[in-house]
Amino acid sequence: MHTPTLAELARDLKARKISSEELTRGYLARIERFNPELNAWITVLREPALAEARAADARLAKGDAGALAGVPIAHKDIFCTAGVKTSCGSKMLDNFVAPYDAHIVTRLKQAGTVLLGKTNMDEFAMGSSNETSFYGPVKNPWDRVRVPGGSSGGSAAAVAARLAPAATGTDTGGSIRQPAALTGLTGIKPTYGRVSRYGMIAFASSLDQAGVITYTAEDAALLLSVIAGFDARDSTSVDRPVPDYTAALQQPLKGLRIGVPREFFDAGLDARVGQAVQAALSIYKKLGARVQDISLPNFGLSVPTYYVVAPAEASSNLSRFDGVRYGHRCENPVDLLDLYTRSRGEGFGAEVKRRIMTGTYVLSAGYYDAYYLKAQKTRALIRRDFLEAFENVDLIMGPTTPTPAFKLGEKTEDPVTMYLNDIYANGVNLAGLPGLSVPMGFVDGLPVGLQIIGNYFDEARMLAAAHQYQRETDWHRQIPKGFE
Amino acid sequence: MEWETVIGLEIHTQLLTKSKIFSGAATAFGAPPNTQACLVDLGYPGVLPVLNQEAVRMAVKFGLAIGATIAQHSVFARKNYFYPDLPKGYQISQYELPVVSRGSVEIELEDGASKRIGITRAHLEEDAGKSLHEGFEGVSGIDLNRAGTPLLEIVSEPDLRSAREAVAYMKKIHTLVRYLGICDGNMQEGSFRCDANVSLRRKGDSKLGTRAELKNINSFHFVEKAITYEIGRQAEVLESGGQVVQETRLYDSKKNETRSMRSKEEANDYRYFPDPDLLPLEIAPAFIAAVRETLPELPDAKRQRFAEQYGLSGYDAGLLTASRELADYYEAVVKAVGGEPKACANWVMGELAAALNRGNQDIAASPVSAAALAGLIKRVLDNTVSGKLAKEVFEAMWAGEGEADAVIAGRGLTQITDSSAIEKVIDEVMAANPEQLAAYRAGKDKLFAFFVGQVMKASKGKANPQQVNALLKRKLAG
Repeated sequence: MHTPTLAELARDLKARKISSEELTRGYLARIERFNPELNAWITVLREPALAEARAADARLAKGDAGALAGVPIAHKDIFCTAGVKTSCGSKMLDNFVAPYDAHIVTRLKQAGTVLLGKTNMDEFAMGSSNETSFYGPVKNPWDRVRVPGGSSGGSAAAVAARLAPAATGTDTGGSIRQPAALTGLTGIKPTYGRVSRYGMIAFASSLDQAGVITYTAEDAALLLSVIAGFDARDSTSVDRPVPDYTAALQQPLKGLRIGVPREFFDAGLDARVGQAVQAALSIYKKLGARVQDISLPNFGLSVPTYYVVAPAEASSNLSRFDGVRYGHRCENPVDLLDLYTRSRGEGFGAEVKRRIMTGTYVLSAGYYDAYYLKAQKTRALIRRDFLEAFENVDLIMGPTTPTPAFKLGEKTEDPVTMYLNDIYANGVNLAGLPGLSVPMGFVDGLPVGLQIIGNYFDEARMLAAAHQYQRETDWHRQIPKGFE
Repeated sequence: MEWETVIGLEIHTQLLTKSKIFSGAATAFGAPPNTQACLVDLGYPGVLPVLNQEAVRMAVKFGLAIGATIAQHSVFARKNYFYPDLPKGYQISQYELPVVSRGSVEIELEDGASKRIGITRAHLEEDAGKSLHEGFEGVSGIDLNRAGTPLLEIVSEPDLRSAREAVAYMKKIHTLVRYLGICDGNMQEGSFRCDANVSLRRKGDSKLGTRAELKNINSFHFVEKAITYEIGRQAEVLESGGQVVQETRLYDSKKNETRSMRSKEEANDYRYFPDPDLLPLEIAPAFIAAVRETLPELPDAKRQRFAEQYGLSGYDAGLLTASRELADYYEAVVKAVGGEPKACANWVMGELAAALNRGNQDIAASPVSAAALAGLIKRVLDNTVSGKLAKEVFEAMWAGEGEADAVIAGRGLTQITDSSAIEKVIDEVMAANPEQLAAYRAGKDKLFAFFVGQVMKASKGKANPQQVNALLKRKLAG
């Protein structure tokens, strides 16, 4: 069976070959059937989705519908959706109904999409396996004893299992690219500032960026065209025109200079993943690209830098969850301190607490210089490495993750091993660069991803490279067994 | 032992922007609780701050007025601490790189000399909400209307040496921010608040002593009393061989004492770090130049001009320029009268100021306009009404009886300047008081005042006093 892509669905809906209601019912039925096992969704919006679908059909009939009219999608439960529970994967926000829509929710609504529901995620986006969710782990459709990656694990599993044609995600240190790689999907994290963070519950504000998880680069281009662009409500949003990503997909790759950082091929990399990268690169060579060896000398600093910067910002960002105005509040607090300590103690899970404590520590008097300030300096070095590399190459390519999906519970006892699964991803966020993962083959029957890193605001070139690679390969068309 | 007092003030001024510093919610005071707090002020998940440029403009205006350096690059930082009236769990403030630094103002000392007080920095930050304890049983209320109101925190150097100097400095800043139109200066509503760092050291020492920070001193009067109390307390501690503890102390105005709130050890570690939600604040030289164009005549300059242009004493010029509105009012009176600046000054600082004080009214709300007051002063100058009766006219005008001319005519207060009419009254008074007349003529000069009084009384105060004097002298002499 061929799974229709988002682009194909949009075309068929426009051509009235299918109705949105019919399509939405189809996805809802699949969710009902498969989700109990996968646990990819936190909230399924059955009736609202059908109502939206019918409204989309009406607009399609009149011919005044938006670009993505009637296309069902899913939002990661980190994006505020008016009138709908927005939990961020946490007990802390289990009772939180957002009173407003996040910027990208508004944009996608305006484009006519139908919201199927909200997907599961690591608690407050802190995790690489979707095991830290208050709502339980998500299973990888390719092997249900394995993780789908995280933190956008629910979005990835839902799309991989064909429970939604596309889903939004967020990527603070790999949270779109890593789950996309581990579930055989395309995932893009745009340049920091390309997509507004308004309404996206903050984890680490200087690293967080919204993006999408799709089957193809073309689908990603379609969605990115909708969600990208300046938003005055986010001071870090960049006021810069949004190119036509779809038109740019055809940009020829002849003469494209691809840099491959030798540091990515370290001892931690599964050799078979390395071979898959080499195979992908040979396709690029065939398409006329020039592949060259490059170096990112400070690559080794990226994980330690990330685990100072991200927890520091998180420790402050998560202070607002205090049991006073919304979210979890402990029963019968005896005084203010009790209200704070029990509400937060009960509301947050172990990984979130670990990061709040780490972050609080690195910002504390006497440690600030040694950790936070030092990390800002190493962050600048990491950024400089990338910028120097981009003086000679157009794109950087390498593995998205060192290994394919690991087993549930395999890394939960050792946070550092877990953190290392994002070793190739963290630096991209620290530099604020755009990163993309495309399916590049299988290892032990499990999908692995090729990471494409671009210069600032060079998403169009990255998407073109991914698109043309996908015309030569069919890794992205593979469907996990049992979900055909 | 002789101790030297060292004081530095931190003044929080609420800026008069229409909306909050990082959100579009209104800043007006007195609305029902939590009606002027939007999702950003409430610290909802996913919301982000956007800097209000008007607050920046006001901070720059202040910086220029105190001759400070305006940072072309400054940074907003998060000050992290938990409190129910601080919705995000952090306050957005400026820490290492404030927008304004190294300025100064001149204050006048009691002996008339002036003293330069350094201003270390002035930085932008957001105000917190308020916790409400009255009217609640077993719980506290939180009103977040004030949360996110822009503040300019003005930090002085430890240049102040007495409670009096501290008050003079605070008044100086109070006048200045109102001149600039960046703060309404309302201390009851908390728009202008002050913390004081007080320490003592042995006279001659260059090293600063351990300081206590006094909080909650929200009137000029309380600043003086709180600091005076604190100086006494610290001197007592030191005299008895003890050591001052570095701590935050709360001033209790009812008991007139300060008491310990928290020690240095209990102080929060605020874990300041640059706010990643806000870009560094970049201020272009052109922006600074444009703000400079909008600076009004500043208090010191105006005071000097008043003294020179109107021939007023430094003291009077100071009083008349204490607020921009008062100074404008005075100048409008002088202009309408067409001169006589001293007479105008006496009226403005005398009757008008007294009437405003009685009703605790602002000059902007004065029932007697500058033009109306000028109308009255003109009638005094042209002898239509005596100085004494003019006060009655003023009161009538204040009560809403109309312009000076109408009151004078309506109440029949026109001064009698016709000599024959005055002589007639004098004759009657002399005839009615033969004994006193005899005594006067026998050398009892003091009775002259008696005759003046009788004549004024008989003329219902309307006789021109100079003429009465002159005519009486002649007639009594016989």
